[in-house]
Amino acid sequence: MNDAIEAIAARIKSAQAQGEPLRIRGGGSKDFYGGAHQGAVLSTGSLKGIIAYEPSELVLTARAGTPLAEIEATLRERGQMLAFEPPHFAAPATFGGCIAAGLSGPRRAYAGSVRDFVLGVRLLDGKGDDLRFGGQVMKNVAGFDLSRLLTGSMGTLGVILEASVKVLPLPVAEATLRFEHTAASAIALLNEWGGQPLPLSASAWRGGELFVRLSGARAAVDAALHALGGEQFDAATATDLWQDIREQRDAFFDSALPLWRLSIKSTTPPLNLAGRQLIEWGGSLRWLATDADAATVHEAARYGGGHATLFRGGDKCAGVFQPLPAAMMAIHRKLKQALDPAGIFNRGRLYPDF
Amino acid sequence: MTNPVAEPVNQIRQREVVRALSGVLPDAALLFEREDVQPYECDGLSAYRRLPMVVALPDSEEQVRDILRICHRLRVPVVARGAGTGLSGGALPPADGVLLSLARFMRILDVDPASRTARVQPGVRNLAISEAAAPLGLYYAPDPSSQIACSIGGNVAENAGGMHCLKYGLTVHNILKLRAWTIDGELLEIGGDGLDAAGYDLLALMTGSEGLLAVITEITVKLLPKPVRAQCILAAFDDMGRAGQAVANVIAAGIIPAGLEMMDQITTRAVEPFVNAGYPLDAVAILLCEADGNDAEVAEEIARMTAVLQDSGATEIRVSKNEAERLRFWAGRKAAFPAAGRVSPDYYCMDGTIPKKALAPVLNAITALSAKYGLRCMNVFHAGDGNLHPLILYDANRAGELERTEQFGAEILKLSIDAGGTITGEHGVGVEKIDSMCLQFGGAELAAFHAVKAAFDEHALLNPGKAVPTLHRCAEFGRMHVHAGQLKFAEMERF
Repeated sequence: MNDAIEAIAARIKSAQAQGEPLRIRGGGSKDFYGGAHQGAVLSTGSLKGIIAYEPSELVLTARAGTPLAEIEATLRERGQMLAFEPPHFAAPATFGGCIAAGLSGPRRAYAGSVRDFVLGVRLLDGKGDDLRFGGQVMKNVAGFDLSRLLTGSMGTLGVILEASVKVLPLPVAEATLRFEHTAASAIALLNEWGGQPLPLSASAWRGGELFVRLSGARAAVDAALHALGGEQFDAATATDLWQDIREQRDAFFDSALPLWRLSIKSTTPPLNLAGRQLIEWGGSLRWLATDADAATVHEAARYGGGHATLFRGGDKCAGVFQPLPAAMMAIHRKLKQALDPAGIFNRGRLYPDF
Repeated sequence: MTNPVAEPVNQIRQREVVRALSGVLPDAALLFEREDVQPYECDGLSAYRRLPMVVALPDSEEQVRDILRICHRLRVPVVARGAGTGLSGGALPPADGVLLSLARFMRILDVDPASRTARVQPGVRNLAISEAAAPLGLYYAPDPSSQIACSIGGNVAENAGGMHCLKYGLTVHNILKLRAWTIDGELLEIGGDGLDAAGYDLLALMTGSEGLLAVITEITVKLLPKPVRAQCILAAFDDMGRAGQAVANVIAAGIIPAGLEMMDQITTRAVEPFVNAGYPLDAVAILLCEADGNDAEVAEEIARMTAVLQDSGATEIRVSKNEAERLRFWAGRKAAFPAAGRVSPDYYCMDGTIPKKALAPVLNAITALSAKYGLRCMNVFHAGDGNLHPLILYDANRAGELERTEQFGAEILKLSIDAGGTITGEHGVGVEKIDSMCLQFGGAELAAFHAVKAAFDEHALLNPGKAVPTLHRCAEFGRMHVHAGQLKFAEMERF
């Protein structure tokens, strides 16, 4: 393994010397996501394997190129899971890509996001230096939290070599309910339920149907089933439903229109924009298939106190992530400069400027 | 832990800074006479004291911005301070700078029951947020022991935890948005009203940054629905190893307790006369294991945990029969620090975190160190997440005891690192553990920390000398601590 890491470090050093852009790539499952690619591929495929996993520690450490599917299968065998339910989007999805992209699935609003579960990261920075931040314990405030800064940074700050994440036990019981509601009443209900001690673990609304998943102790799920009413799904149908939403295979995502992701305040009323919407995360996440222009979508996201991402399709030239205020952009540029002084990693993947 | 000698105030510099700040602050918000700045000489770690040159007490964002701009222009160090309850000397004032107190930022600006969020100023006390949210059936989850007094701004600066963070997370998991000001007076709106934000995760970077990156003037926190009920198990063990294994067994059984705390015998014997909790004083260690949720859920989880604890060799198990008994179980745990103060003139609290599997060997090693240094040590800790709080008991008036305590503490931190853990789980590095940072991180990591610091604060004016040691300091420190025959900073020039 040291040879593989040294080879990557050598590649980084030569690229740094020549100012040559590198495109970090795991399984390529999220090639579609983020700004257009530049540079030669730097693969993390040689970095495979789970390094440490002890269920009683609730911590797993694995190399970046380890398939996400392998990690999830290993956890499942021991009755545990990645509680942030990361989308794979394609079979080769890797652990490192999951952390670099920072995307979380249906359970996110109730259990936390990738960054909430990241405990430590080992990376090569833009000088090829081998750095370790965080660790394998759940509480750690020694030094700045660069592990979480790396999470979702789209590979612009370094090449993740390995990472440690907190894992959680699989819930003892799970059930999914279906209701018929307008978008407005679904949003109101989800926020109301969010304020009650209910074992919610996922929610989705589309086309007049609201789906809610409950997870936890058997007694808690049974009590919530009783309290909420609705139509209960059988287990297989429920699993397919949440899998399809997580992986964007649900019929909603069959669209030729650009797909936007709006992350906003959960109580924001239904977006008054052309196109179709799918609402997740208790109202906090709005998927929008629309041909509305970027400025209009960004404005809607700002109105909801959040931000919009051009997730799939559309015109990426102006960037896919919502532009930042000048002071924030200045900090971003300096952080990029701090960890990747020659600006070689994943140029343009996060913001067109760097 | 030696007190710095009182440095003479540079009166010309002081006059210059006071004159500049008096243009943006009323007289009552600007302190510089010795007797006025004295109350700010230390935070919760009173072994470190230093008088600030100037104390500024702004009450508006505009004043904070203007103070920072002036200090940036004059190159004056600035140390932000909340309630001053920190345990690592993070708010130790600058002798040549401004102590920026945020105590007047004490308003809860908004509690929104629909989105379950509260917008608060940094000087608001942690517990006051939960009190304001209580009529809505909501609360703010992170509950450091000092929650009666500590402020939310300080909680963000330290990424504070508490008794319930195994299940409900740390500060970083429970905040959404910050308004923060850079040293050059630029406003950063970090995070958002949604669950994530565009760009780098500056919300995570700011959390636990110990006041080195920016000054926070507003925080939006998440509120959670209050569980219907909580119940607690008290389990006694006659062996430290078995108690440690029981902790691992509970987690391995797929249970995430709302709280999972351990106390050793020295601790239970010290706190019992204080709180009359009815602890079994013959036990080598006791565990407190809590479940929360609705009635049926709590009953189910208590039954499962009881079975695991029994199988793990508990010598006695008590389940709280009512809320009064549950609170009595916890009373001793919460009173551990005051009790330490009762049985010893001084105590020194450590904060390492280790993997749970290392609990028994590390605790045994601490017992051996206790004998080596001839100092008693109480062990109370957040067992569920491996966060140790050894309390070293000493008497500062006895010659050499403070120094021995300091060495004992440093050895505990090294034990934590060697066990695969960290020197600080929730109290921060501050000035206290700055040398131990040299053991936990290599030169390249420290250089990266300094580069990140410089991205926000080029001239290193915000809380200088805290949290991240200079490479030079580590080289000096490393000269005294050669690990396994290897010099950690072999690449450094020696002086």
